[in-house]
Amino acid sequence: MKFIKNFFERTEPLVQKGGKYHWLQSVHDGFFTFLYTPKTTSKTGTHIHDYIDLKRTMSIVVLSVVPALLFGMYNVGVQHFKAIGELASTGFFEIFLFGLIKVLPIVIVSYAVGLGIEFVFAQLRGHEIQEGFLVSGMLIPLIMPVGTPLWMIAVATAFAVVLGKEVFGGTGMNIWNPALVARAFLFFAYPAQMSGESVWIALKDTDKVIDGFSGATPMANAAAGHLNYSVADAFFGFIPGSIGETSTLAILIGAVLLIITGIGSWKIMVSTIAGGAVMGLILNAFSGSAGLSPEVATYFSMPFWHHLILGGFMFGAIFMATDPVSASQTEKGKWIYGFLIGILAIIFRVVNPAFPEGMMLAILLMNTFAPLIDHYVVAGHVKRRTKRAKVSA
Amino acid sequence: MSEPLFSKKNLKLLSDPLNDSNPITVQVLGICSALAVTAQLKPAIVMTISVMAVLALANVIVSMLRNTIPNRIRIIVQLVVIAALVILVDQVLRAYVYDVSKQLSVFVGLIITNCILMGRLEAFALGNRPWQSFLDGIGNAAGYGFILIVVGFFREILGSGSLLGYKIIPDSWYIVNGGFYENNGLMVLSPMALIVVGVIIWVQRSRNTKLIED
Repeated sequence: MKFIKNFFERTEPLVQKGGKYHWLQSVHDGFFTFLYTPKTTSKTGTHIHDYIDLKRTMSIVVLSVVPALLFGMYNVGVQHFKAIGELASTGFFEIFLFGLIKVLPIVIVSYAVGLGIEFVFAQLRGHEIQEGFLVSGMLIPLIMPVGTPLWMIAVATAFAVVLGKEVFGGTGMNIWNPALVARAFLFFAYPAQMSGESVWIALKDTDKVIDGFSGATPMANAAAGHLNYSVADAFFGFIPGSIGETSTLAILIGAVLLIITGIGSWKIMVSTIAGGAVMGLILNAFSGSAGLSPEVATYFSMPFWHHLILGGFMFGAIFMATDPVSASQTEKGKWIYGFLIGILAIIFRVVNPAFPEGMMLAILLMNTFAPLIDHYVVAGHVKRRTKRAKVSA
Repeated sequence: MSEPLFSKKNLKLLSDPLNDSNPITVQVLGICSALAVTAQLKPAIVMTISVMAVLALANVIVSMLRNTIPNRIRIIVQLVVIAALVILVDQVLRAYVYDVSKQLSVFVGLIITNCILMGRLEAFALGNRPWQSFLDGIGNAAGYGFILIVVGFFREILGSGSLLGYKIIPDSWYIVNGGFYENNGLMVLSPMALIVVGVIIWVQRSRNTKLIED
């Protein structure tokens, strides 16, 4: 691998100021520091460098979504062959290959558009390329229905990177999770492509769907008053849904990695799940109240823990809510932040028929309020300590 | 009058609001109507003309009255002048472009509360001669309208695929007709108007470095 390093060292003078390719400096620097330890060190004051820097953090998050991604690819294939009635007669590799061919272009488009914009901005503003998009670029495909046209993904990614992140100053400055901004953009801009029965299953024009097959997600069915899914399928992920969100098991494997490495906050994960469970129980308690239509009453009475394994709840709780930039920063704030996400997500889901899935909006809403929560947590600390200081004085 | 009608100073009254002191992007006035009427280009243009008529005439009238208005009731007098003009404009719109008038609905009436009007009357017309006030009114309404029309242009072409009601994007491009394209539904919603105005402010400030605050 020496020749790669040699290449970077040889080309370095060319990209310096005044060099022939000086407009590529950010790109050069970005790739070099991605592959090797940066050569620059801090010049002023005392610094303590952790062994884990932003690039490593991001790499681990990407690693932790790999189970969800791989299972998502497989499930795309499963849903496809189920729809045309050939699931039993198709081999594992054929199923996986079908999903791979469907999902890979989405991943490539998301990365190409997002990183392209990041490179241009880094060069224009003369700073290093920031690595934040390594994660967003992987999360964006995972929260899309497989049927989304590629150009829509490109537009949404561009919107999320430019208006969700760069206008605020780039990685670390954004107030919302960029991947969810992309999803919200598509949800409101192209509602026909983001919901309904046909977008979750990848089909070719020539495919004939067998009778009685519906591509609706369990969430959409539940909103219509039909709780017709098997709990095992929902847990393992053999249900229609966005690419990476269906398998609770694969997501939990990622969660273990995030918690062990300390990169994802377990407090946010636990409190989000607790919030969802509590709200589920509250709805259960009210499921018998008068005035509810039968569909809504059925949805109210759904066992509370089913909420956690259906739809995007788990994916949001593990990978979206824990985004260290847009979440609460204070430890006490993380509990409040996560708990409210859980509660709001279930309320949006069940009580508002316009949104079959509420996780995206709940997280974006709480992203907005995270600084406020932090402000009051810090103000509370200050108040308590001032009081203590006065007593002892 | 010793000064020529279109002296350099007077022309600046016209050109300044288009860029350096644009009512929407720099002073951030009149935002509500900019969000509400720009989903399509036609109402944006009609709104621009209406505001221009009201602002220019109100400026002239208040400027002519400026030495006789008692200071303590000047706001009331200004409001009466604006309200009278707005009612006139509303009647004209209803008579000649009824459908657009329907689309603009309360926002014609709400010109009365458009901050740009009160702002210019207070800040300019009360202290300047009628001709200068007239130019100032035209200039500010043009600065306001320019933004409205740009926002309306983008929102209509991206949100509805048309301009002034004429189809621009061919029908065969749409997904329902076997194509690949879809109108951007977010463009029709008001939040997108805010984002488009934000992008305009961004572009303007990156070109006009005078406007960048520390």
